[in-house]
Amino acid sequence: MDYSQFLYMHEELSLLAVITILFLADLFMCPDKKSGKGTFNTVLPVLLLTAHTLLNLLPCSEAYSAEAFGGMYQYTPMMTLVKTVLNVGTIVVFLMAHEWLARPENRVKQGEFYLLVLFTLLGMYFMISSGHFLMFFIGLELASVPMAAIVAFDKTRYESAEAGAKFILLALFSSALLLYGISLVYGGTGSLYFDEIGILLSGESLLGILGLALFITGMGFKISLVPFHLWTADTYEGAPTVVTGYLSVISKGSAAFVLMTVLMKVFGVASLVETWNTGFFWIIIASITIANLFAIRQKNLKRFMAFSAISQAGYLVLGIMDGTAQGMTALVFYLLVYMAANLGAFAVLNVVEQRSGKIGMDDYDGLYQTNPRLAFLMTLCLFSLAGIPPFAGFFSKFFIFMAAFKAGFHLLVFIALVNTVISLYYYLLIVKAMYIKKNEHPVEAFRSDGYTRAALFICTAGVVLLGLAGVVYNFIDGFSYGIN
Amino acid sequence: MNFLSLFVFIPMVMLLGLWLAKGIKGIRAVMVAGSSALLALAVYLTVIFLNDRAAGQTAEMLYTASFSWFEPLHICYSVGVDGISVAMLLLSAVIVFTGTFASWQLKPLTKEYFLWFTLLSLGVFGFFISIDMFAMFMFYEIALIPMYLLIGVWGSGKKEYAAMKLTLMLMGGSAFLMCGIFGIFYGAGGQTMNIIDIANHTGGAHAIDLAQQCIWFPLTFIGFGVLGALFPFHTWSPDGHASAPTAVSMLHAGVLMKLGGYGCFRIAMYLMPEAANELGWIFLILTGISVVYGAFSACVQTDLKYINAYSSVSHCGLVLFAILMMNVTSCTGAVLQMLSHGLMTALFFALIGMIYGRTHTRDIRELSGLMRIMPFLAVCYVIAGLANLGLPGLSGFIAEMTIFVGSFQNADTFHRVLTIAACTSIVITAVYILRLVGKILYGTCTNEHHLKLTDATWDERFAVICLIVAVAGLGMAPLWVSDMITTGVEPIINHIGHTASTSNPFL
Repeated sequence: MDYSQFLYMHEELSLLAVITILFLADLFMCPDKKSGKGTFNTVLPVLLLTAHTLLNLLPCSEAYSAEAFGGMYQYTPMMTLVKTVLNVGTIVVFLMAHEWLARPENRVKQGEFYLLVLFTLLGMYFMISSGHFLMFFIGLELASVPMAAIVAFDKTRYESAEAGAKFILLALFSSALLLYGISLVYGGTGSLYFDEIGILLSGESLLGILGLALFITGMGFKISLVPFHLWTADTYEGAPTVVTGYLSVISKGSAAFVLMTVLMKVFGVASLVETWNTGFFWIIIASITIANLFAIRQKNLKRFMAFSAISQAGYLVLGIMDGTAQGMTALVFYLLVYMAANLGAFAVLNVVEQRSGKIGMDDYDGLYQTNPRLAFLMTLCLFSLAGIPPFAGFFSKFFIFMAAFKAGFHLLVFIALVNTVISLYYYLLIVKAMYIKKNEHPVEAFRSDGYTRAALFICTAGVVLLGLAGVVYNFIDGFSYGIN
Repeated sequence: MNFLSLFVFIPMVMLLGLWLAKGIKGIRAVMVAGSSALLALAVYLTVIFLNDRAAGQTAEMLYTASFSWFEPLHICYSVGVDGISVAMLLLSAVIVFTGTFASWQLKPLTKEYFLWFTLLSLGVFGFFISIDMFAMFMFYEIALIPMYLLIGVWGSGKKEYAAMKLTLMLMGGSAFLMCGIFGIFYGAGGQTMNIIDIANHTGGAHAIDLAQQCIWFPLTFIGFGVLGALFPFHTWSPDGHASAPTAVSMLHAGVLMKLGGYGCFRIAMYLMPEAANELGWIFLILTGISVVYGAFSACVQTDLKYINAYSSVSHCGLVLFAILMMNVTSCTGAVLQMLSHGLMTALFFALIGMIYGRTHTRDIRELSGLMRIMPFLAVCYVIAGLANLGLPGLSGFIAEMTIFVGSFQNADTFHRVLTIAACTSIVITAVYILRLVGKILYGTCTNEHHLKLTDATWDERFAVICLIVAVAGLGMAPLWVSDMITTGVEPIINHIGHTASTSNPFL
């Protein structure tokens, strides 16, 4: 066997090395349960992950794509790029987790948190790079099972445990659907290799269409598209805020990207493209509209962010329409921008929750009076989520609409655009709470710790610069590819 | 770096300066320095523009520059000005300058207020210098969103409701607009976002098929029309203006509403000429309703700001009305009206703000005899009113005269009937203005508290006098402006090429 093939997997291997080091460090440096003293904290994982990201920065050449193990494992610059994006997001999540992990009840188990998160990240890597359904499925499971554990991380809190249970049940259910879809495709073509299926699968075969439908359903659960979104609000509300942030951005984003690449590769026949276009047409309209309408009524900000995330997922999927290169660029760019804005908002939610225990919409009344900086950063992130220039969200929304419009979905774009107005309404509700409303007992003034500030700094820089600096989009565009 | 970009660059520096400024004096210093610089730049631009035109530079846009921004999508940051945009830039600079003085005493959160105020003006200036649809749209939205906080935090009355209503309606408009922009871009081949290139390129604007144009034209026109107070999408305007703080009302009615008319003309009609000819009549009727209905509504209001807001609906409706008449005279009149209305409405809102700041009421039933108490403000109020009703010698007359003369040049019954109907608004305007002036300024003061009030302070006087000079200047010597505007209007009108609509049942 040619061991040099493993080198193509250098990213996975290097992440595995990070995991191993952290595992050992956790053994020897973990804080003592009684005294609570120990040297293990956020610095080490963040540094290691940063080093890992920098070492694996994408090679800037388009030609550099390869496959290993007979096509089981694929490697393209675009995949590396998405992995890098996920890495950065994870670093931000680690930074903002400090405040939460420093609590006495969490200090002893912070090692587990980092490991579990990194294992899900590893699973996403495999999912992204897979060229074979078996590999894909292993990656998917690796990405969702540890996730259930971190959702239930505050195990003594009833809601957290409940959220974990809900998550694992739904994850298993969707995996079952997905597997059924894969088996139908296998039945129709006799192969599990993406490339082979792509050639063998014809648009007329009923097995192919059924397989496609089940595949979209399974992935729809992961991305939480309507009508597969019912777990989202409860899980997001129950999970620790940091984990909610991770779930809503990294997990969702990787799944959306994988959905796009697999659809393009496996179900890329013209007639099947027609089929999934029609499916997504309705899914997107339902996701955006229903999530927006539900978000208006939420009083708990985590539930609110859950519905906001569902509608954002709807916009994200617009990039998949018709499987064009422009759509892929727009999707990855949207993902990047969404990550910055959403994680920024979650960082604020998290730090306020850790300091004051408040997470309701009313608790944010008058936040600007006591914590002007946090309120201002939150405003920037919300404006970006709503798509207001000059923040990056405007650009990402514009480009994703543009891609869908070019693919010919004029009506869909129009409906989505009208929906942005509804979403603006509910984002403005928070802005209104922070700036305009009066409060007898506002969140008290506090100074957040350095890690949170670092996380907020990264997110704010992203929100402000990603759009205005045209290079980012142009750079991503250099790597994207369409069906043809 | 092209010097036009300074219009965006200076506000950016101002934002930075405000961020760093300490204390009220620092903030004021930054604002005065920045807005004076902008005004100076606008005057400089006007002078060299007139010189260059006189020297025979006939290119449609002068001082153009273009930087590639999003290469794969053919999006550039392109700037350039013609006669229309120069006039608009001058107007914006004057309003921002006087707006700064009109909010001299504003409290609390002064710094935040000026930050959003400056961001708004950044959007406005950016919009007028851009000739790339994407950049234009971006600046357009930048100008809209600060309104929410400016009204919501510093406003009065039903401010939260008004701020939300205004923001959502305008954003709804921009959702339509974005769809229209995509339609134009891909309809014209998807090769460039530059307005001039799309218009003049072979296979450009005229090559979008009529069926497509007939979808995108209404979307774009309504998108901009919402901001230009097109009936029935004008309802945000009275509430928004009534609740906004003084300088924001000034900037909003004075400049922001002009973005609507400018956009309709520059993007909707210029880039979809066939549809403009075909469907223009529908919008002509709607704008006709705006003009007359706005004026009638103003008659029955009791709140000073509401009166002025409805009067703005009427006058801004006239702008859209005039551009849809599609000839050089009427369109020149439209731009003149934008200038004139911008200046005199800003003046009006400034004065109302000052009166309200003293009397704490805007209800005309509670105000009377102000002429004795605050003679300076009262006299200025009369001047603003006279400009509003179109007294010769002030700007309103020039603009309305040009518009109606131009509109009447259309020889068919449909256009003439509409023109005559719109003319009635002049009379109605006179009714409400004169009634208002008589009620609140003359007579005897019935409220004892009002007797002790003071007249304008120096900063207020300065702002008001600047605006009056501009209004009178435009009224006395309109030719240089209207000539400049005509050079900008002519190519667009030639490009549109007025033809009779086949779908108009009234022809």
